[in-house]
Amino acid sequence: METQKVYVDVVAEFTKDGILLPRQITWEDGRKYEITRIKSRKRAASMKAGGVGDKYICVVDGREVALFYEDNNMWFMERAGA
Amino acid sequence: MGTRTILHSDCNCFYASVEHLYHPELRDRPVAVGGDPEARHGIVLTADYMAKRRGVKTGMALWQARQVCPELIFLPPRMDLYLRFSRMTHEIYAEYTDRQEPFGCDECWLDVTESADIRGNGLQIAQEISGRIKKELGITVSIGVSYNKIFAKLGSDYKKPDAITTMGRDEYKQKAWPLPASDLLYVGRSTESKLTRLGIRTIGNIAETDPALLESWFGKMGLVLWTFANGLDDAPVCIENTKAPIKSIGNSVTTPRDLVTDQDVKIILYVLSESVAARLRDNGFRSLVVEISLRDNGLFSFTRQRKIDHATNISGEIAETAYQLYKENYDIENKPLRSIGVRACSLVTENYWEQLDLFSSAEEREKKLKMEKAVDEVRRRFGFYSLQRGIMHLDENLSAVNAREDHIVHPRGYFGQ
Repeated sequence: METQKVYVDVVAEFTKDGILLPRQITWEDGRKYEITRIKSRKRAASMKAGGVGDKYICVVDGREVALFYEDNNMWFMERAGA
Repeated sequence: MGTRTILHSDCNCFYASVEHLYHPELRDRPVAVGGDPEARHGIVLTADYMAKRRGVKTGMALWQARQVCPELIFLPPRMDLYLRFSRMTHEIYAEYTDRQEPFGCDECWLDVTESADIRGNGLQIAQEISGRIKKELGITVSIGVSYNKIFAKLGSDYKKPDAITTMGRDEYKQKAWPLPASDLLYVGRSTESKLTRLGIRTIGNIAETDPALLESWFGKMGLVLWTFANGLDDAPVCIENTKAPIKSIGNSVTTPRDLVTDQDVKIILYVLSESVAARLRDNGFRSLVVEISLRDNGLFSFTRQRKIDHATNISGEIAETAYQLYKENYDIENKPLRSIGVRACSLVTENYWEQLDLFSSAEEREKKLKMEKAVDEVRRRFGFYSLQRGIMHLDENLSAVNAREDHIVHPRGYFGQ
């Protein structure tokens, strides 16, 4: 079974208050996506991909996607349609 | 003291639930965490509900478990991951109260009396906590809500998984009293069989027995059980975070060749102490007791332990104490050693405070600790063997042993140490 957890490259920045904000995601096919807005950041579990982390609800191309920052310092997303 | 509001929260099939979260592909398959399935030994530490329904029990040998449930999937334990989840549950609890007392790494009592007015009653707080743990951590808890710790625990055991049970003053006679006596804390197998012989089968039976009789049968414990069964237990919930949620961290190893000199033993003790100290630091613990276990090549084994002056997670201090213990209790000239273990016991958290004395330098220890943390960091980035003590190069075959994870987690006793 194909894994539903997709680790992605992320360009992120730290604010001077120490808050980590992702700016751009590189999907597994190499395409890059600009994050135009972050709607929320909360710790949450991903039952679909399997894992826990800070869950960022991001707006990309006008659509909402969830991006997780795991405590192993890696970013993952859930494969769509899983 | 007015009426208290006490919750007991119990993570359902804790290790197995965490593994299920990290293995979504195993969702509908029975899973057990335990032992080392490759090495064909070890026991079941936790089984999920699917496996439990098939008859798999905690403590079963792996081969027994496979007999009752052939399609059972074994996963090796990842203690550090579970402790991380344990800490995250405590972070959530801490938003509701500073009075939380862990019982093992998956259970916790919370005294929410003070926040019950602000956050609603105990039941509402329990619902909120349960919902958050499900959403934020992806595992479930069962929570008991009552006015004392004993009934709160009975409540969390009452219905599983993912349930909340209240055990109020007006409910315990219907809910708690019909339960078998063995459900009560501190009724173990031998107390249970003695109670049965005396015709006492339920918690209600205990409650309605004359306490003087119970005392004559069980001594002081008889009175304690009577108090528990009547909901009169008034033990406070300890203030959080000076006790560690687990009892000990230890590593042991059977060496590639028998150890024949003091220097051989020293190398292994340092390897083990470094691993134990690093794991203490990872989890924010310090230990007050160092224990060594030795097994000679005739398979005779024994353990010795010693209390140390200051709680420590510094590998040098642990290794020195371990080496002293070894020197005082064993003569390698007599018989070679086959396996050695080092264990740190009586754990406290880094918040533990203690009296400094005139003769040991706090500054010196601070420096050592900083150095060890720097070593941790270098090893994390460049690998474990990137930075080694000089002693490790005296015999590289020996120092290359992989300090095998070998530790068991037990909840602390109810009455403390």
